[in-house]
Amino acid sequence: MAMTRIAAPAQATAGEIIQLKVLIRHPMETGYRRDLYGKQIPRDILKRFECRYNGETVFAAELFPAVAADPFLTFYTRATESGALEFRWTDQNGNVTSETRQLDVQ
Amino acid sequence: MSDKHLLSRRRVLEYGSGLLAIAMIPAPALAAPTDADAAHQALFGDRTVTEGRVVLKVPPISENGYSVPLSVEVDSPMTEDDHVVRIAIFSEENPLPDVARFELGPRAGKARIDTRIRLGNTQKIRAVAEMNDGALYGTSTFSIVTLAACVL
Repeated sequence: MAMTRIAAPAQATAGEIIQLKVLIRHPMETGYRRDLYGKQIPRDILKRFECRYNGETVFAAELFPAVAADPFLTFYTRATESGALEFRWTDQNGNVTSETRQLDVQ
Repeated sequence: MSDKHLLSRRRVLEYGSGLLAIAMIPAPALAAPTDADAAHQALFGDRTVTEGRVVLKVPPISENGYSVPLSVEVDSPMTEDDHVVRIAIFSEENPLPDVARFELGPRAGKARIDTRIRLGNTQKIRAVAEMNDGALYGTSTFSIVTLAACVL
């Protein structure tokens, strides 16, 4: 499991637009670099990030090798009801890293 | 000569030949603006792109091409009837023209995304936003890269 850092508010008022910041530890190896001996370093990237709010996808990003290592994303969503915010990263081999945060909406 | 030497003759030869091999490898050809055009066409087809509504912010001088802060914001109320569905970022000079694509909806509340990207060269970066009615809005910005993410 990759290390992740998520900044999401624990509480919000209904209708409020909340900011979500996510970071995941990942080399995002482009596949263009070569090692000391000139051997190509194979590509290893995260392909997709999704944010699900009570199961519904509210934001998604497709990532390419041009995204910097340790991909960092800031995005927004409107707080509608209390529930779970799930953050999912999928790498090129289909491995998923998932984190969940509870959001309490008054 | 003992093995304790950090730089034995053997080591120097090994690493030296490795570096030489790296130096001899041609760098992957950087993309040309035409590749960004092709990537744009593959995603959005021939629809016309209107300038405006999209604000793309990249520092005019990027000191480190390995990590360049990028912010994109689209002027949209993000309601059920009028919202952004997709934002694509293209690079004109990176080995691959695609940088990132974002999928949004009315639940996003605000069409703004911040991230960090890699730039392989001094270049123009483009952002195109697709609205729910199919209209396309775009902009581009230029960034001088002092330390390029050389082979990305």
